[in-house]
Amino acid sequence: MLIDTFLFYIFALLVLGGAVLTITRRSAMHAAISLIVSLLGVAGLYLMQQAEFLFAVQIVLYVGGVMLLFLFVIMLVNLDEAAKLRQFNKQWTIGIAAVALVAAQVAFFIFKGKDSFHFAAPIAPNTPAGLGNTEQIANSLFSEYLLPFELASLLLLVAVVGSVVMAKKRI
Amino acid sequence: MHPVTTVHYLALSAALLLIGTVGVLTRRNIVIILMSIELILNAVNINLIAFSHALQNVNGQVFAIFVIVDAVAEAAVGLGILIALFRNKETVQADEIDLLKW
Repeated sequence: MLIDTFLFYIFALLVLGGAVLTITRRSAMHAAISLIVSLLGVAGLYLMQQAEFLFAVQIVLYVGGVMLLFLFVIMLVNLDEAAKLRQFNKQWTIGIAAVALVAAQVAFFIFKGKDSFHFAAPIAPNTPAGLGNTEQIANSLFSEYLLPFELASLLLLVAVVGSVVMAKKRI
Repeated sequence: MHPVTTVHYLALSAALLLIGTVGVLTRRNIVIILMSIELILNAVNINLIAFSHALQNVNGQVFAIFVIVDAVAEAAVGLGILIALFRNKETVQADEIDLLKW
């Protein structure tokens, strides 16, 4: 149990430290590398909660796929001049104030505890023993959530076509 | 040291969400705004996984997969728009794109 707590705080430090560096770094490349650290921390948190499939998906898809896309665009678009300019916009005080308001609300609900989470109906556990995590997800995804799954494939198709059309010089 | 409970994960996820929101609201560089959106979506995923673990119900993880799919689609289209924008306006500063401003 002690090692669990210890690992949680290490991963939390990675996640939050990486996130803070991401939004404060001047260079977009440094921000992207900090974001990779943060995403790896999130992957570690998935592993601690027995979500092994999502752990693999997080590393392969986020760190391997999305961040590659980000780094590719950062190198393609010349950001050297942008790094010399002012980094924060003029409305940053209003932005911080709005975030502080949301922070107060979220903190209130978390400190109020379990009473503030109202479930519509009691939720039955559906993780039978003897089945692996990936198998359980597959059972749920391909039976109960089959229609959303197919719609997600349609969304990805639209996104692929859309990004190609957007990035193309002349259609 | 206290054992780690669901509330720890919720607090972490809330902190990550707020950091991401600060990034979206205050940064000027569009690339970093898109990265902050990824942070926000990851905060949502931590929340879903925490409840999935606490309730021993795998549906939370299925939801997290859908969130990841959305995040990937958003990143691809967003970066495509960014490239098209940079080609036309030579800027990646969010507050310099003010064609619709009065």
